[in-house]
Amino acid sequence: MVSLRLFLFLCFCVFVGSALSAQQWTMDDVKVYDDFDDLETSFDLSGDSIHLINFWATWCKPCVEELPFFEEARELLSDEKIKFTLVSLDFKKQIESKMLPFLNEHKIGSEVVVLTDGKSNVWIDKVDPSWSGAIPITMIKKGDKHLFYEVEFYSTEELLEKIKPLL
Amino acid sequence: MKRTIFASLFLGIFFFLSSFTDHGGYHIGDTAADFRLKNVDGEMMSLEDIKDAKGYIIVFTCNHCPFSVMYEDRLIALHKKYAPMGYPVVAINPNSPEKQPADSYEAMQVRAKEKSFPFVYLFDDGQKVYPEYGATKTPHVFLLDKSRTVKYIGAIDDNARDAGSVEVKYLENAIDALEGGKSPDPATTKAIGCTIKA
Repeated sequence: MVSLRLFLFLCFCVFVGSALSAQQWTMDDVKVYDDFDDLETSFDLSGDSIHLINFWATWCKPCVEELPFFEEARELLSDEKIKFTLVSLDFKKQIESKMLPFLNEHKIGSEVVVLTDGKSNVWIDKVDPSWSGAIPITMIKKGDKHLFYEVEFYSTEELLEKIKPLL
Repeated sequence: MKRTIFASLFLGIFFFLSSFTDHGGYHIGDTAADFRLKNVDGEMMSLEDIKDAKGYIIVFTCNHCPFSVMYEDRLIALHKKYAPMGYPVVAINPNSPEKQPADSYEAMQVRAKEKSFPFVYLFDDGQKVYPEYGATKTPHVFLLDKSRTVKYIGAIDDNARDAGSVEVKYLENAIDALEGGKSPDPATTKAIGCTIKA
């Protein structure tokens, strides 16, 4: 009798423990920027930290396909001074219904923010003047260094190749 | 030996420098080539088939991209307003159905019928036309004048997500400029869109 209760209790602990260890995305975890300028001020990190910023959306197939490479790179570089931010262009009314479930399903651990600023003609050039406006794009910033890639990554290695020179 | 080295160096520099150019395709002032593409009604068509055109609103657009979908009603309204004035919308789907089944010719026909598109919706079979133009995403507009000179490239207006919050109607302003014998300003704009599925 006692051992069954103990067993059930232990199962419960394991269940709770595993639920707690995987981040459950909620609206509180996601910062929404209505103004690109506010997002931009969050880009530059101090000193010798690298900031990798990827623009994506759940509705963008190539964006979704390359996300695992960013996650893997982030884990591989966890001892380095590098921050990963995924800037979503998902629509405001789909953040809760579509984006959060997506983040949970794909166990995304990077910082995720949403940019809802509709005046894209103004901020596209602020991101990079060579950007056509198509996503995905990836920026890697360190101090005054600014690398910009309007490409889809097809492996973690490809992505690491771009980051390593800055480490 | 020296000549080979010099030639290789020259070629190397040439290719290095050319990598700094933009995506290729037309710039403002270029003359766009005509084409012969299949419309959703089964007929092949070219720009020269359009009678009494004073210009052409070429829009690279598709079924699957949410940004294209957001502009469908605005494109319908633009055609209804400007086609009678001689500026028809010419929609072209640049995507490969192999890469994006939702953009197959049959799916185009379904969508055109669902939305009662009043404009032609052409299939860029073999994906040869969009690289000539230099379209990089959907939607992507190229406004041509009567002689197929490229006069405006880029976005339809300044707010894809919310038609009600549009402040600047870039494309309409460009057409109005042409009507007034002026050059569109701005002549190029940018917007978010989906990559072309080649």
